[in-house]
Amino acid sequence: MDLHFTADEATAEERAAIEGCLAALSMHGNRRQYLLPVLHAIQGRIGWISRGALNHACRALEVPPAEAFGVADFYAMFQTRPQPPVAVHVCDDVGCRFKGGEALCAEMERALGPAGAGGAADRITWHRSPCLGLCERAPAALVISAGDPPRDQDLAPAAGEDLLRVAAGQAAPVADLALSVPQAGQAGLTLLRRVGQIDPTSLDAYRAAGGFLALRRAIEMGPDRVVREVIDAKLVGRGGAAFPTGQKWLGARSAPLPRYLICNADESEPGTFKDRVLMEHDPFSLIEAMTIAGFATGCERGYLYIRGEYPLATARLENAIRRCYERGYLGANVLGDGVRFDIELRRGAGAYICGEETALMNSLEGRRGEPRNKPPFPTQVGLFGQPTVINNVETMVNVLPILLAGGKAYAAIGTERSTGPKLFCVSGHVERPGVYEFPFGITLRELLAAAGGVTGRLQAILLGGAAGGFVTPEQLDIPLTFEGTRAAGASLGSAVVMPFDDTVDLRQVLRRIAQFFRDESCGQCVPCRVGTVRQEELLHRLATDQPFGSVEQELGLLKELGQAMRDASICGLGHTASSAIESALGRFPIFQDARQETR
Amino acid sequence: MTGESAPDLKIPVPRGPVPVAPPPRPRNTVELTIDGRSVAVPEGATLLEAARQLGIDTPTLCYLENLTPVNVCRICVVEVENSRTLVPACSRKVEPGMVVKTDSERVRLSRRMVLELLASSVDVSTAPQFQDYMARYGATPERFGPPAPPAAAGERDAARPGHHHAPHGADAATVHQPVKVDNDLYVRDYSKCIVCYKCVEACGTDAQNTFAIAVAGRGFDARISTEFDVPLTDSACVYCGNCIGVCPTGALMFKSEHDMRQAGTWDETRQTATDTICAYCGVGCTLTVHVQDEKIVKVTSPLDHDVTHGHLCIKGRFGWEFVNQRE
Repeated sequence: MDLHFTADEATAEERAAIEGCLAALSMHGNRRQYLLPVLHAIQGRIGWISRGALNHACRALEVPPAEAFGVADFYAMFQTRPQPPVAVHVCDDVGCRFKGGEALCAEMERALGPAGAGGAADRITWHRSPCLGLCERAPAALVISAGDPPRDQDLAPAAGEDLLRVAAGQAAPVADLALSVPQAGQAGLTLLRRVGQIDPTSLDAYRAAGGFLALRRAIEMGPDRVVREVIDAKLVGRGGAAFPTGQKWLGARSAPLPRYLICNADESEPGTFKDRVLMEHDPFSLIEAMTIAGFATGCERGYLYIRGEYPLATARLENAIRRCYERGYLGANVLGDGVRFDIELRRGAGAYICGEETALMNSLEGRRGEPRNKPPFPTQVGLFGQPTVINNVETMVNVLPILLAGGKAYAAIGTERSTGPKLFCVSGHVERPGVYEFPFGITLRELLAAAGGVTGRLQAILLGGAAGGFVTPEQLDIPLTFEGTRAAGASLGSAVVMPFDDTVDLRQVLRRIAQFFRDESCGQCVPCRVGTVRQEELLHRLATDQPFGSVEQELGLLKELGQAMRDASICGLGHTASSAIESALGRFPIFQDARQETR
Repeated sequence: MTGESAPDLKIPVPRGPVPVAPPPRPRNTVELTIDGRSVAVPEGATLLEAARQLGIDTPTLCYLENLTPVNVCRICVVEVENSRTLVPACSRKVEPGMVVKTDSERVRLSRRMVLELLASSVDVSTAPQFQDYMARYGATPERFGPPAPPAAAGERDAARPGHHHAPHGADAATVHQPVKVDNDLYVRDYSKCIVCYKCVEACGTDAQNTFAIAVAGRGFDARISTEFDVPLTDSACVYCGNCIGVCPTGALMFKSEHDMRQAGTWDETRQTATDTICAYCGVGCTLTVHVQDEKIVKVTSPLDHDVTHGHLCIKGRFGWEFVNQRE
């Protein structure tokens, strides 16, 4: 490709960051797919991406600079203007904002000035952030410090002074696991059984706790039997869409080679943190499960795409992958049995949309995280245009108990249509927030009781995340299953359960959700790109009692907007961008007291 | 799935890439129903093509015959029986037995909303078909409020992904901003840009393979940009003008046309369009020369021309200024 570059040259440090990254990569296939890792390397070392650095990266990867800039400028974690080397990201999303997040933002503003202030000559800047996936320990913050090596640390619960100390270079304290997994160590757990019980950095500890037994069994069974067990187990995807995993695997088996496997670890749905806890505290289980999935579906290469804001999970998975290669659990000859499976870990860079499967594939290919139109579906045309199997972290990890107990035994757990154990992300106004494991079918009331009950007087519960919906205190007997929540006009989504007490102004919650979708829309299709802007404007007008025309007119317009986004957007983000807002307006008298007259 | 009727799962474990036969190229006919009328089209045709065969006029903005469909504007959406959402006619392939509605209330609502969202945020005054579409679907973009004032030069280019200023309630956000004039041949007025991706496609693999521009930013701040918003003169641009040729809204415009419009002298009723063959080289591109008051004001090429498919190079597109010199 004949590329044109501006005269800008990279500095010695920028060149070192790029060359170091390229040298550490074992390049495979086309070079453009390494754009995100290289941009991470520049951002991590310098704190922002300059023209010269981008030129150097583009020469190395043979990417046109305009396209590479379009990619860098898509992701919130990449900066294309001079920035201070240290950036503090404070979560002000629905899970944190009513639990100290706003106060923390105010403290940062007092100490560091307005959000986003500061240039390359300054030391620290701060930003408001969408959900950081640390909701059980709200308020949450993430400190990203550029340098060699770069250092990313999360802090939750975060106090202002501690946060500033971490930003100044101190190590963040290790979080208490009991705050994240109150059930840790209890008998009868399946998915969480090793969490907190073994050293998550030790392969031997994992083996001693039953690790790799499922992989061994899978290889004995052969791929056909493995797929059969997953079908018998009636496992469905845990990422939100609830697609039958066995069907997906079976479909992929008859697709042409090469095929790719992807584990979607881009957990970014506000209020969701279950995958993070699994990856931080039982990382080997995910590597084992991916290897089984690769074996069963005939994929020799797996990509583990983890959200960029998960530093501890990333470090633990990197370690687990390294140990597995050292000991022959990954590579050309897994378990000495002639099976080939490689895993490459890739970091996202701050884009909720990349949790959408086809946006994730574009991101892996070094492109903007814009969803593709479906059909064709990934099992036909996926990563690099090849058939691709993509599953969420929790879905993958469920394959281990399926193989150990057998698909039929697994299917006996939970309900007829929602089988197996399930992780729930409980946060907000409850006594003991955290990840909880229960069989599908536990009611909302029972789950909240297990978490110590609601603190204060319950007003509303957000179920399924920002793309889910609200339910009322009268709906506590909803069984937490896919069919049960659907029958109640709600959705289980990624199993977010976030109660709000009656001190919370629901209008503020809805505005934050609208802001989230406006910020996270990729911008590709008109209904979502402009619709999310109009939705936020409309909620602002309603919340501040300044409707255009009457409140009824505005609510009618909001409904039409929601329908167009749901009907005409390309992907699930646009399809669900109005669902939580519409569910709240349908169930709570939020805007009915507002004045009715025309302005 | 019961044990007896289950499919045979015995498929050999793949150990490496195996040669795959190229898929057959069937020329079968697919029958489907559109708006209650049945139609037969070749396999691989799109719903848009099938609807056109029945004489149904489907509105399009980001679609063009000579570019790969990107299905981003969503104005061509239609209702397909058993599909949860509407589907884009421009890219969705026909399937046997499909039952399609192109003018249902659901379809009309989404099309109207797409027009309102665009017209409330973008200057569509020079988009030829837009006003017709607005009338056809009864679009009233004013219901989103008066348009917000234009951004300062460079302000939209500096937007930070994932962050924006909270709305204040009085008006509707727009993409209005000053025109970018950084060369003598064409201007970029991104107040008129609906981000249809056509210019990016024409600059890239669909025509020119120059890659001077791409989509940057995210969400409502998504925009067409060179790297770091450098002027075109510092970019990879070769001034073929193929981006102007595909732009559906006049955001990309010959400087000659832009200047005449500014001066109030642009008048298409006084213009003639004459086809000729470009004399610069031996390729034989058809040029359509647009003349007003005995002066060439712009040059295009017919989309359906076998040689150009509407695309030209800098010489054919812009190399006519000397003709206007009378001395």
